[in-house]
Amino acid sequence: MIKEKLKKIEKLVNSELSSKISGSEIVFEELLFKTSTNEIIEVIKFLKLDERLKFKQLIDIAAIDYPNEEKRFELVYLLLSIENNLRAKISIRLETNEKTQSIVKIFPSANWMEREIFDMYGIRFINHPDLRRILTDYNFKGHPLRKDFPLTGFNEVRYSEKEKKVIYEPVKLEQNYRNFDFSSPWEGTKYLKEIKETNKK
Amino acid sequence: MKKTKSMTLNFGPQHPAAHGVLRLILELEGEIVEKADPHIGLLHRGTEKLIENKTYTQALPYFDRLDYVAPMNQEHAFALATEKLLKIEVPIRAKYIRVIFCEIGRILSHILNVTTQALDVGALTPSLWGFEERETLMTFYERASGSRLHANYFRTGGVHKDLPTKLVEDIGKFCETFPKIIDDLEDLLTENRIFKQRNVDIGLVSKKDALDHSFTGVMLRGSGVPWDLRKSQPYECYQDLKFKIPVGKNGDCYDRYLCRIEEMRESIKIIKQCIESLPKGPIKTVDGKISPPNRDDLKQSMEALIHHFKLFTEGFRVPAGNVYSAVEAPKGEFGVYLISDGSNRPYRCKIRAPGFSHLQAMDYLIKGHMLADVPAVLGSLDIVFGEVDR
Repeated sequence: MIKEKLKKIEKLVNSELSSKISGSEIVFEELLFKTSTNEIIEVIKFLKLDERLKFKQLIDIAAIDYPNEEKRFELVYLLLSIENNLRAKISIRLETNEKTQSIVKIFPSANWMEREIFDMYGIRFINHPDLRRILTDYNFKGHPLRKDFPLTGFNEVRYSEKEKKVIYEPVKLEQNYRNFDFSSPWEGTKYLKEIKETNKK
Repeated sequence: MKKTKSMTLNFGPQHPAAHGVLRLILELEGEIVEKADPHIGLLHRGTEKLIENKTYTQALPYFDRLDYVAPMNQEHAFALATEKLLKIEVPIRAKYIRVIFCEIGRILSHILNVTTQALDVGALTPSLWGFEERETLMTFYERASGSRLHANYFRTGGVHKDLPTKLVEDIGKFCETFPKIIDDLEDLLTENRIFKQRNVDIGLVSKKDALDHSFTGVMLRGSGVPWDLRKSQPYECYQDLKFKIPVGKNGDCYDRYLCRIEEMRESIKIIKQCIESLPKGPIKTVDGKISPPNRDDLKQSMEALIHHFKLFTEGFRVPAGNVYSAVEAPKGEFGVYLISDGSNRPYRCKIRAPGFSHLQAMDYLIKGHMLADVPAVLGSLDIVFGEVDR
């Protein structure tokens, strides 16, 4: 039921915006469009304003870091259409220092979401009204959700009795952070559902 | 006439009406608020980063610490996302247990919100009465999971442990007595002159603006949009249960209060139905590669022991892919966008917290209101900093 609806929408968007969409897929009953930074505004505008689609709500923007790939960052816009009871995802890829267009003019709620991405990943948005850090500390340096940012961070904060104020110093750990690799080189028995599937075949 | 100069006021971060650690920079023209600039992140713990470095089993407890007022609802979103990636089905009894505890979470959250909203506008008694009930509900949490707040109960593939029989009875008894408490709260507040003066027509949100600002949950329904994920995109066993979705008319603080009160009554109905038709059977998936073996088996079976060891060191592996799954948490749509690379740790876990978008609209909501309305609006937004700051 949902799948048919999604297929219809996939077809419609692909035919209307054929030059702007570079790929689409439906996995786990979730629809994903791929596009580029230059087209993102047009695509989101179309999805929001088209009478047949009405994706009027921006649920979230997620950024993902793939440090080993050429286009390092991925932004995924999650949209919701209340009228059609459907969701859609739009994904764009960005290089390390590439800027992208802000969609605050289309969805005012994108304001903080983009600020958060700027804060966490250092991705800059063109035409954003107020691109400041949002979640990290005042005067924080670095972008914590990048994969090359250490989990423990660089600075720690404490109240110094001597100086009578809160001070920042480099992280000192009593014991190093231990990151165990438990993955076994042996191939164990299969998952129950895999066994079931092979039996079916 | 004397010319007034606009003034900047720092509200919080240590202000009781800020509901946590919110720092609000207000620009005032006399007593009228011209602009509000919330500074958040004082409770930022880097949950998303931590989750990337933990196995799926270890990541789950972090969700309790997001919206710590209704912990299990958060766990639910993550459990659903992993289950979707793993393509496993949860046993029917576990579904019912999950629904019972989700609704208990909803009541927990709504009691806190309604009563503290009243507290913000000057009524002390509701919070005293409400918190007594919350204590009872948290005892139910404790009896099921072993802890009052950080439950870690909704595991991937089901729930951690079966409910003690006496507990089901006691929840049933609570459902009988609790509506009376809601009536009492309503007696204190609904027609209360002061409460109405402080809330009616304050913080108005139109339908269109509610959508544009990504409002979900009560914030959206208060403005007259009949949208609830439990009805529209049902998960677990919500499609088999009978309940109504209360919808507001005017979109002001008062309507949101009324919605919350009605939702508590509906939650009680849902819990009652679940208890009546609570099926028997397993409470977690039988797949030994995902859910840990019983304690008893550990003493007898070598296989169980190995499974237990592997599950709590390496954890289970989740096939590569990305999914978004959302639940109707008490505060709105709580979603998890989970990306797996096929290993035993999530590659990325984006948490969509409803409070984040709600608080963002603070500037829009408060513009032109009096300074005294700030706590009232903030109270009706229902924000908890655990989830806003993550």
